[in-house]
Amino acid sequence: MTDTIVQPTAGGILHDSTEGMSYLDTLPKRIVTTWIPLGLILIVLLFPFYWMVLTAIKPDDQLIDMEHFNPFFVIGPTFKHIYKLLFQTNYPRWLWNTTYVSVLATAISLIASVLAAYAIVRLRYRGAQWVGGAIFLAYLVPPSILFIPLATVVQSYGLFDSPMALVLVYPTILIPFSTWLLMGYFKTIPYELEECALIDGASRWQILTKIVLPLAVPGLISAGIFSLTLCWNEFIYALTFISSVQNKTAPVAIVNEFVDGDIYRWGSLMAGALVGSLPLVILYSFFVEYYVSALTGAVKE
Amino acid sequence: MSQAALVSGRQIVPARRTNLQRLISHRDWQGFWFMLPAVAILILFLAYPLGLGVWLSFTDTKIGRAGQFVGLDNYDWLSDDTTFWMATFFTVGYTVFASAIKFAIGLYLALLLNKNLPFKALLRSIVLIPFVVPTVLSAIAFWWIFDAQFSIISWSLRHLGLIDHNINFLGDSWNARMCVIFANIWRGVPFIAITLLAGLQTVSPSLYEAATIDGASRWQNFRFITYPLLTPIIAVVMTFSVLFTFTDFQLIWAMTRGGPVNATHLMATLSYQRAILGGNLGEGAAISTAMVPFLLAAIMVSWFGLQRRKWQQGSE
Repeated sequence: MTDTIVQPTAGGILHDSTEGMSYLDTLPKRIVTTWIPLGLILIVLLFPFYWMVLTAIKPDDQLIDMEHFNPFFVIGPTFKHIYKLLFQTNYPRWLWNTTYVSVLATAISLIASVLAAYAIVRLRYRGAQWVGGAIFLAYLVPPSILFIPLATVVQSYGLFDSPMALVLVYPTILIPFSTWLLMGYFKTIPYELEECALIDGASRWQILTKIVLPLAVPGLISAGIFSLTLCWNEFIYALTFISSVQNKTAPVAIVNEFVDGDIYRWGSLMAGALVGSLPLVILYSFFVEYYVSALTGAVKE
Repeated sequence: MSQAALVSGRQIVPARRTNLQRLISHRDWQGFWFMLPAVAILILFLAYPLGLGVWLSFTDTKIGRAGQFVGLDNYDWLSDDTTFWMATFFTVGYTVFASAIKFAIGLYLALLLNKNLPFKALLRSIVLIPFVVPTVLSAIAFWWIFDAQFSIISWSLRHLGLIDHNINFLGDSWNARMCVIFANIWRGVPFIAITLLAGLQTVSPSLYEAATIDGASRWQNFRFITYPLLTPIIAVVMTFSVLFTFTDFQLIWAMTRGGPVNATHLMATLSYQRAILGGNLGEGAAISTAMVPFLLAAIMVSWFGLQRRKWQQGSE
């Protein structure tokens, strides 16, 4: 029951098995027109990651001696860089900061977005349409034109150099997106369910928590996963508002703290980039479908 | 109809209500309470700073010192500043080139992925990885790939006998511009490809079959079926892409920091340099505010794209 209601938006656009007229293509033709271009694009898209991993596990001497060792491979991989990163720098602390800020900001924006989206779609108070439009516009305001005034705002609230500044500011990126996505989900839940609940004497709050939210779980997961990746990715606010070394988030810390004149810095830089990306890639690989539906849903709505 | 049922459902509750009950249960007030958290955050940290930014651009505020109203002085100063104009032109060029190429490759990749392939879902997830990995971290990987001394590209070309000395990727103005544009394309293609793919998957294959029976060529299939049906989603996707390319910051900051000799400064990186590193908040805010007209233009495009979509849906 639950599944049949919500599924169309969760995975409905992603039918994978449309054969169409492809049976008309012969194998050689298919190789030339499909597999070769696709392979080339994939190699270009993935090469930087291969290079990242390779550099992170390469011993220093192979890193800079490109004449005796073929740079595309590694002989005797080492975990030295990663070990150094995890046990001799503040890296775990930065990862923790990033996680903490991302999770809190995502939680705040999910709560705010659920309430806002429900009100816009179902309460239909006066002016709901306009508020919906305004939230879409807020989606289009980029951080790079806000960070200067926000720096003064954050300063005047006394939040400068505190992770709380990021926790409060990140929802401005996440709320417009999540609200827009959840509005789409809530629209797919039939009115009749809510009418029944109203007749049985449920309050608005009970309807939201006991009926609408359980049905919108895929939407919540989509919005949550996408929000987490957006937070993890965020750079300009974290760069501007955080100044002390221990409060930095991982992306900012790697750019600012690892870049020195050392010729051997590449090993630890790439290790930092790798370890900073892995949590996201792992999270993404578990929730690909939700992530894709968030990405495409936000554009389609 | 269902709306009427909802309203009558509520009227069963005894008619007399205190003011407090009305605050809790009247529909407009309920709407207000539900909207409060989202709206409060958006007003405090989005709408207010947006206005404040415009105001700051008319003042001579420095870090740690409140500013005085100075009228258009900041803009006056910027209009004589060659670095600012260079950054503006590069921002526009960066956006136009990167978006055009991203669109072409993204659409091509979407069409490839829309074919009947084995492991389609897996391929789709792999394609999206560059978009998932934090931009700064992949930018650092590109920084290393484009390193002057140890670039893997220089190495490969040297060993293929195509060049005899390393290419100075990020040290030369034009090379550096090409490199950041390339990195931006690399990062943006997956987003465009996957969103367009979602649009393509809603196009029924029977349309192509019918057209092919009528003698349409492959190109005609694309031009007269795929493209018109995809236009609305293209409009939205490209608006987002243009918006995020135009206001890009992290990629440039991680790869070149605007160098060499300011050749790769975007308006965003220049405003960061002037406002946060240089301390001239007023001047930085003026640069940010100068981006707004461009953004409004992009939003207008999106608006008309959406309008057209409604019209198309209406005819269905």
